[in-house]
Amino acid sequence: MPSLPDMMTADAEALARAAGKGGAAPLEAGSPAHDLFTGLCRLGDNTLILGHRISEWCGHAPVLEEDIALANVALDLIGQTQLWLGLAAQVEGRGRSADNLAFLRDAWHFSNILLVERPNGDFGHTLMRQFLFDAWHAPMLKALEGSNDARIAEIAAKAGKEVAYHLERSADLVIRLGDGSAESHARMQDALERLWPYAGEAFIGDAVDARLAEAGLMPAPDSLRPQWEATVNEVLGAATLSAPESRFAHQGGRQGRHSEHLGHLLCTMQWLQRAYPGARW
Amino acid sequence: MAAATEQIWRWLSEIPDPEIPVISLTDLGIIRDVAFEGETLVVTVTPTYSGCPATTVINLEIERKLRDEGITALRLERRLSPPWTTDWISTEAREKLRAYGIAPPIDGTAAGQGTAPGAQARAAGLARPAPQVPCPRCGASDTRRVSQFGSTPCKAAWQCNACLEPFDYFKCI
Repeated sequence: MPSLPDMMTADAEALARAAGKGGAAPLEAGSPAHDLFTGLCRLGDNTLILGHRISEWCGHAPVLEEDIALANVALDLIGQTQLWLGLAAQVEGRGRSADNLAFLRDAWHFSNILLVERPNGDFGHTLMRQFLFDAWHAPMLKALEGSNDARIAEIAAKAGKEVAYHLERSADLVIRLGDGSAESHARMQDALERLWPYAGEAFIGDAVDARLAEAGLMPAPDSLRPQWEATVNEVLGAATLSAPESRFAHQGGRQGRHSEHLGHLLCTMQWLQRAYPGARW
Repeated sequence: MAAATEQIWRWLSEIPDPEIPVISLTDLGIIRDVAFEGETLVVTVTPTYSGCPATTVINLEIERKLRDEGITALRLERRLSPPWTTDWISTEAREKLRAYGIAPPIDGTAAGQGTAPGAQARAAGLARPAPQVPCPRCGASDTRRVSQFGSTPCKAAWQCNACLEPFDYFKCI
């Protein structure tokens, strides 16, 4: 773990390299391999961080069935992470594994969207975050099934079958809670307003996305927006919830600039591998 | 080697699923291929769910069983495509599941199945009624879904309105 002065230094990565922890030379930024590695990390980091977040509910959910359901969704997401980060590590070709990428990278190397690192809040807040994510995740995987890279297409086909159940469940609960009691409605509306500014980041592409889309490897992020909006509008309508009109979107997560919440999450998630380097079952 | 691979299939059919021990790995349809590459036996396995913790145990069990039977050169391969589907669960296995108290999958009822592009909200369950799942204990058709997720990722939690028993439904994927 970096020390506090390291964290306060703008170029902590350079400090780490100077300390001899850099390992093999990284892939060259802008190269096809680096683009693909980045795209795969963005997929795997989303599923990893959201999977970890919802696993925090294990043993704490309002009823047993929901506790089990959240843990099962977390399990699917962590399983998908192994596939995405496993492929990322293979593409990188620097001897790292999916576990290395999950447990030994620091916050600035994570490329998940800010939405998934948001704290859980109450149960309704967790479900709203899940729904906004699932409504993007399902069409994303559907598009990835058409990737020119067969390895990406087959992971997407597998994950998509699982995510169909995630979306079914989160949409159903958003509707039941939104169109539920006055208390549950108010909480869901509040969750929607708080999370809305984090929903748009998934659709904002950068140069890496443009090159990946050009190569037919991954869809352009903004191409998924119409389908996401159709799902969200239909479900929120049935849930009697109103989405804010603003399209303002916090961003930076996909480029490694995160909120303070990710560091706290990593402290918990990476603790064992950091405290006992190389520990094995 | 045809006779030899037949024997391997028989051995694999004797390995129980670690979480649902009444059915075997071959019943579950996760063994996709058994073949010799020279002297090395290659067993190709497809995972049920990406994150299913049983996957590691299944690989260990395959290795243990085949080594016990005298196979020394062995390699396990993972195959993701085509992704595992409950359609591959054998008819006999479905009966074994029912007798064990788990309602077998009802083919063609997977979430998101047959969804046209642009109709994601229908995949979200808005227009998809839950399947009719008969109670594996009393056979009544008056049952209800409690949650899409049960004791493992592959199952959903259901309850019978007639005998009131809760039960697992092996959901379609």
